[in-house]
Amino acid sequence: MSKKLFLSGNEAIAFGAKLSRPHVIAAYPITPQTVVVEKLAEMVSSGSLNAHYLHVESEHSALSAMMGASAIGARTFTATSSQGLVYMAECLHYASGGRFPIVMMNANRSLALPWSIYGDQRDSLSLLDSGWIQVYAEDAQESLDLVIQAYRIAEDIRVLTPVMINLDGFALTHTYEPVIIPDQEEVDAFLPPYANPNIMDLQHPRNLGFSSTPKDNMEFKYQQHAAVLCAKDVISDVDAAYGKRFGRRYGGLVSNYRTEDAECVLVTLGSVAGTVRAVVDEMRKEGKAAGLCRLRYMRPFPEAEIAALSATNRAIGVLEKDISFGYEGAVYTNVNSALLKAGHASPVLNFIGGLGGRSITREDIRSIFEDLLAAERQRAIDPVRFVNLGVAAHGR
Amino acid sequence: MGDEYSIKIRDLTDDEYFFGHKACGGCGGSLAVRLSLKVLGPRTFAVLPAGCMSAVGFIFPQMAFAINAMISTFPGTASMLSGIAAGAKALGLRDYAVVGFAGDGGTADIGLQALSGAIDRNDRIIYICYDNEAYMNTGIQKSSLTPLGARTTTTPAGSKGTGSRTTKKNMFEIVAAHGIPYAATASVGFIPDLLRKVNKAKQTAGTSYIHVFAPCPTGWEYEPSASLQISRLAVASGLWYLAEYENDGFSLNHDPGEFIPLRDYLSAQGRFKHLGEEEIRIIERNRDEKWKKIRRDWKHEERTL
Repeated sequence: MSKKLFLSGNEAIAFGAKLSRPHVIAAYPITPQTVVVEKLAEMVSSGSLNAHYLHVESEHSALSAMMGASAIGARTFTATSSQGLVYMAECLHYASGGRFPIVMMNANRSLALPWSIYGDQRDSLSLLDSGWIQVYAEDAQESLDLVIQAYRIAEDIRVLTPVMINLDGFALTHTYEPVIIPDQEEVDAFLPPYANPNIMDLQHPRNLGFSSTPKDNMEFKYQQHAAVLCAKDVISDVDAAYGKRFGRRYGGLVSNYRTEDAECVLVTLGSVAGTVRAVVDEMRKEGKAAGLCRLRYMRPFPEAEIAALSATNRAIGVLEKDISFGYEGAVYTNVNSALLKAGHASPVLNFIGGLGGRSITREDIRSIFEDLLAAERQRAIDPVRFVNLGVAAHGR
Repeated sequence: MGDEYSIKIRDLTDDEYFFGHKACGGCGGSLAVRLSLKVLGPRTFAVLPAGCMSAVGFIFPQMAFAINAMISTFPGTASMLSGIAAGAKALGLRDYAVVGFAGDGGTADIGLQALSGAIDRNDRIIYICYDNEAYMNTGIQKSSLTPLGARTTTTPAGSKGTGSRTTKKNMFEIVAAHGIPYAATASVGFIPDLLRKVNKAKQTAGTSYIHVFAPCPTGWEYEPSASLQISRLAVASGLWYLAEYENDGFSLNHDPGEFIPLRDYLSAQGRFKHLGEEEIRIIERNRDEKWKKIRRDWKHEERTL
């Protein structure tokens, strides 16, 4: 029987990992992820989780060890955040190129300097091109469900690509909510054991992780790209299958809210979507047709879903906790590209907020929607805007 | 004097597990890999970081390993080995070896953190460092195992430089300081001794480490046919030694007694050609200080090499 517990996002991730029966877990502490590996350690030491728990000496080693374990057919889990994620950057590219279906949780946290343990999304978004599937959770229940789904997506023979599950640091990792813990037998029925034919095998020895000359290298890279594109269908199928068995569907690559007749749509990702949804309802009561598109996946990118948002006289905003210094937010660049290809002509604005853990309030989001409603008339104003900026904005 | 770990050359398998690779003629590293795998056998998982052996052995589609093998990241030899060992244990595999072959830079510089972690966990892995005393794959740059005075492309010998200004980091004693179950130094110039040590590592229940002296004709500037001779001169001159660490104690396997003149070893290689009497005296003094300690503190059991 499934049961309901009051859990933080971190704890929900640990429960999701436990239910997925990993063979090997690599653990290295970093705020605000640490609770995940602590909880898993408790589960292993109490005997409720039968996994090899590896105390590694760095995040680089965490992912390196997971690749070794994955290469001989073990299901693997690890978790990290921020400085740890960028420290393992070499291994991120290595794991996706090696097609190791590792599942890793990342607690989104600001990157030094200046030091900050609080949340923003610059860590994972700066690694969008590392070849991993990237998904952003909104709440603790989705976090748990995503771990189980992530293994099925990553291990699908058409995909064989690692998955990074992102949770906003503190805002999601450390806040508590009721979470339904699915029944182990149900999870076992949904998630078959890891079976990858392309592993190191004592009966059929293989050489993996090799080098290739320019004659072949591009084909390997293309196939890697094609696999991530292929993940779009797999993600959609897995979402549907999960919904059928467990009663919770999230909508695949994006989750839209009141977008059909919206005059303006705010595209965002992560836990701030909950606040945006509440503001959409407020605006609607006032007769202002606001809508929300929550990006669940950044890779593969929901290109068709973003294109479908395009409508005549509909302003679109992108709210993200990220800045690519010297240009704009990375999410905005991605969304804009999809809209441009769809021929979108109305304004598209970028709202950079929450850097270094600053709260994004209801008032901030109201003001963003007001900007979007006025965007057509204010085309002369810089489309890249910083929410609640305390210093003078630099003109472009 | 042999023991239960000794392997007679005639008992060594004719099967090859590392062949068809593109290593230079006379390569000490490839000899160490080939011989070690003959002892470890077909049920072996091997990890090689970015470096000479991976560069010459894994060029798709020509794979040079007949066993399971993969390239790790440069810093990740030991951590990938730990992952394989953990996975193999969790999956219930039986009767296998997990071995890493990394060069001196991959071991003593960029890979030291992961190696230290693996020894600390006492993961059941065999870590073999083939020491050719510089970053050879990138074209002869100084590592922390480059000996004092050696010329490399980043320690050139000019009017203000006399080659490497640092001595070799002592990896053997660094791993021993972890309390590792088994560590040894070896040399491709002493093959039965190397085989015996690999065999001992194979039967060690925890982490084992073997540091193999592996000359590089390309980087050291000598004729490829002279590799084994150079290896033997290194031991005879006291600049390399054959030893083991286990049960909290060091033992010396061979004492050459009176050393041959250092010049006999140094002059045989282009990388030391520039050294003057003063520099050679410093190398000699360092050697003598080390041997004083070895002879005073370590057990000595002379073995037939």
